[in-house]
Amino acid sequence: MTHITVKVDGTTYEDEVEPRLLLIHYLRDRLGLTGTPIGCDTSNCGACTVELDGESVKSCSVLAVQADGGEVTTVQGLARDGEWTGLQRAFHERHALQCGYCTPGMIMAARDLLRENPHPTADEVRQGLEGNLCRCTGYQNIVRAVLAASEEGVTA
Amino acid sequence: MTETVEREVGRARPRKEDAHLITGQTTWTDNISVNGLLHFALLRSPMAHARIERVDVSAALERPGIVAAFSGRDLAEGLASMPCVWPVTEDIVMPDHPPIAVDEVRHAGDPVAVVVARDRYTAADALEAIEVDYDPLPPVLDLEAALAEGAPLVHADKGTNRCYTWPLKTGEDFDAVRQRAEVTLKRRYHQQRLIPNAMEPRAVVVTPIAASGEYTLYSSTQIPHILRVLMAMVTGIPENKLRVIAPDVGGGFGSKLQVYGEEAIALAVARRLGRPVKWTESRSEGYLATHHGRGMIQDIEIAANRDGTLLGLKVDLLVDMGAYLMLITPGTPLLGAFMYPGIYKMDAYDFTCTGVFTTRTPTDAYRGAGRPEATFAIERTMDELAAELGLDPVELRRRNWIRHEEFPYTAIAGLTYDSGNYEAATAKALELFDYDKLRAEQSDRNERADTVRLGIGVSTFTEMCGLAPSRILRDLRYVAGGWEAASVRMLPTGKVEVVTGTSPHGQGHATCWSQIAADVLGVPFEDVEVVHGDTKAAPQGMDTYGSRSLVVGGMAVHHAARKVVDKARKVAAHLLEASENDLEFTSGVFSVKGSPEARRTIQEVAFETFSSHDLPDGMEPTINAEHLLDPDTFSYPHGTHLCAVEVDTETGQTRIRSYVCVDDIGKVINPMIVEGQVHGGLAQGIAQALYEEAVYDEDGNLISGTMADYLVPSAADLPDFVTDRTETPATSNALGVKGVGEAGTIASTPAVVNAIVDALRPLGVRDIRMPCTPERVWQAIEEARS
Repeated sequence: MTHITVKVDGTTYEDEVEPRLLLIHYLRDRLGLTGTPIGCDTSNCGACTVELDGESVKSCSVLAVQADGGEVTTVQGLARDGEWTGLQRAFHERHALQCGYCTPGMIMAARDLLRENPHPTADEVRQGLEGNLCRCTGYQNIVRAVLAASEEGVTA
Repeated sequence: MTETVEREVGRARPRKEDAHLITGQTTWTDNISVNGLLHFALLRSPMAHARIERVDVSAALERPGIVAAFSGRDLAEGLASMPCVWPVTEDIVMPDHPPIAVDEVRHAGDPVAVVVARDRYTAADALEAIEVDYDPLPPVLDLEAALAEGAPLVHADKGTNRCYTWPLKTGEDFDAVRQRAEVTLKRRYHQQRLIPNAMEPRAVVVTPIAASGEYTLYSSTQIPHILRVLMAMVTGIPENKLRVIAPDVGGGFGSKLQVYGEEAIALAVARRLGRPVKWTESRSEGYLATHHGRGMIQDIEIAANRDGTLLGLKVDLLVDMGAYLMLITPGTPLLGAFMYPGIYKMDAYDFTCTGVFTTRTPTDAYRGAGRPEATFAIERTMDELAAELGLDPVELRRRNWIRHEEFPYTAIAGLTYDSGNYEAATAKALELFDYDKLRAEQSDRNERADTVRLGIGVSTFTEMCGLAPSRILRDLRYVAGGWEAASVRMLPTGKVEVVTGTSPHGQGHATCWSQIAADVLGVPFEDVEVVHGDTKAAPQGMDTYGSRSLVVGGMAVHHAARKVVDKARKVAAHLLEASENDLEFTSGVFSVKGSPEARRTIQEVAFETFSSHDLPDGMEPTINAEHLLDPDTFSYPHGTHLCAVEVDTETGQTRIRSYVCVDDIGKVINPMIVEGQVHGGLAQGIAQALYEEAVYDEDGNLISGTMADYLVPSAADLPDFVTDRTETPATSNALGVKGVGEAGTIASTPAVVNAIVDALRPLGVRDIRMPCTPERVWQAIEEARS
């Protein structure tokens, strides 16, 4: 067991974890933060994307011990006092989700994209979200939502 | 007279489902946790076909944290064979299908043992401690070889790999028609196996109350109601002691229109141990254990005259059932049987479908279920015929399709299409696509032998959806009905609960049913809540699949809400001391004609009914109402899709340059949701054309066994779509609506393949097997050259 200290969505947690424990399982099974789902076992789908120290990561490909001393933001930590972020609003208004399973990861990946490239073209959005799979929307409304958020100056 | 002002229907309402999904406040089945929850893992066969000689779980049991372990034989008692509810012929071969294999495994991934542990890691670790001795048997993989005399058998006790043969012959005799035809064409198409890939892997949780024998089954399912009935039958748990909940469900596409062994195993383990249990599949486990779609060989023969007039169509299918018959495995191709003639008129139709057992994961419904395969076959063949006759492919279609003034039209396969306007949809699509300009560019590029060729693909379609009239289901030997239930409850505070038997998993029923109910009742959209997916809260239903939810379930909501208004009118008339006939009902307000100050809102009537102090004599104190709707007919959406591709003849790479579709789904409740359904359908249909295939090696191993090996397209792999609609209302329901869930998937696959073949036809290419990967396209070009 390894002792870790991780700040998740603003709260600091200290835990003893198996070194092999994946960050996603730490979030879901130990902390009960089930807002971030798991969609595959080969790091292809991106459903489990979170931010670790300001960078988006697929939390199925990070060990909990690697997050020791770090700060994690999940989709559950985005809204402030019930106020959605610009990306969350854009996803809602542009119908960028259907079943919603990929949505937490998609929103976290889109945040990362807009941080690095605040005014992407549609093609850049498509390339930038390549690591996040959606089976419902055909992506068109996701692209529209990210572009709309970008136009409104949203970067987070 | 009841008047409703349509304030909601037709409005692009952002969805009320979204709030919890974009903030992570979800209840996916795997999120559910209760005290004392145990996790189980399944040991699965690494072989496609083998006798199980021995299963020893004792070493697993000795590991810390392991609560129990069972072989298939250990669990067999008390579990019946898994159900198939569509025995399509009288003499269909229905093999035994234990939820967990006992004597023999018949596909890679067949479960053989289960371990139950305090957490999921411990359970997964313990699988390696289970010893299994297998005696290998030959795999059965080739559909034609499987039917040959002396072929190895998937189910030796049945003496054959032939599951059934189902014929449909309508109109004139095809052979006679072939004799008088000026042209006949034969083609063979392969519908590759596809893996549905709902983003949420399947998961099951069972919480038992052992003392009273009550069980709650949470499952990532499209069909909580059907699941409850069938799980009661499989496990022997009385139906009234079994509650099934489909919480948030992350997509289905048919893969969760299923009753799975893991659901039965979860109930059996919970019953044995008296403890709550959970199982969640990993993605690669799901690739083996969750049913696949498509998987058939299509032999098509078309007979026509030189002017393009179609005379007849002959279809022979060999369909890969996989190792077992799942819920509707044998019936899935029959959903396409009536659609091979598409939107075209002809004199003869001769269809035969043969189901074949193989040692692969079972197949079953995948978005479109039979209809994409049918549409692919006819639309590919129409393009081939157009090329043969030197006709423009759109012109050939125009010469044969049912004209709008001919509706209702009884098509050759026997179904009566209620409405449609193929001319209008096609004209609109051609205009949006700029067809003539693209044709000109294509011919220019062909003339200068451009290495990157332009191809144009067209596909029309109609489909039978809105499943389904129960009497037709009876005639097709499906054991259940096709009705749907809804109830509408006016609460004392004026809020509304709509209880639906549909079970959404991304479709937006809560939003759309709210729009429908709000209009009928004249209440605010925000005041309506939709209850679904829990057999205790929404006790009756037939669930969600086959583009049925709106045309059956949504219409049931509409009718139930109308009944509420009818009942409320009686109360209002009594309270206003007026005759019912003198009342008007507009925007939720009953008023007396000629004296507008005499009024009651429907919310006031709801409270008056709740208090029941002054109701008409003999009236039950409720204005709530229920409606069960059994549709009279199917729903027949249609559309025209056009795809332009650029194919690099040196690399075989295909790029979709533009994609235009004009769908006619009748009247639309929420255009934003409809557009989203079309987009997603297009993506899946295009994925079949270009990217996806479940590939097996010669031993029967699934070698596209992870998401790294099976190409689910990303945003970077798909184009922007231009989608539009024409609106020819259905005449079969009061709102004029048709189904939309499968439309995009049905028409897009042939549009893309037609475009690729069209690009390469000048080089001599006549067909490319799906998925049209760069390698296959390049090979087709090379073969044509040599």
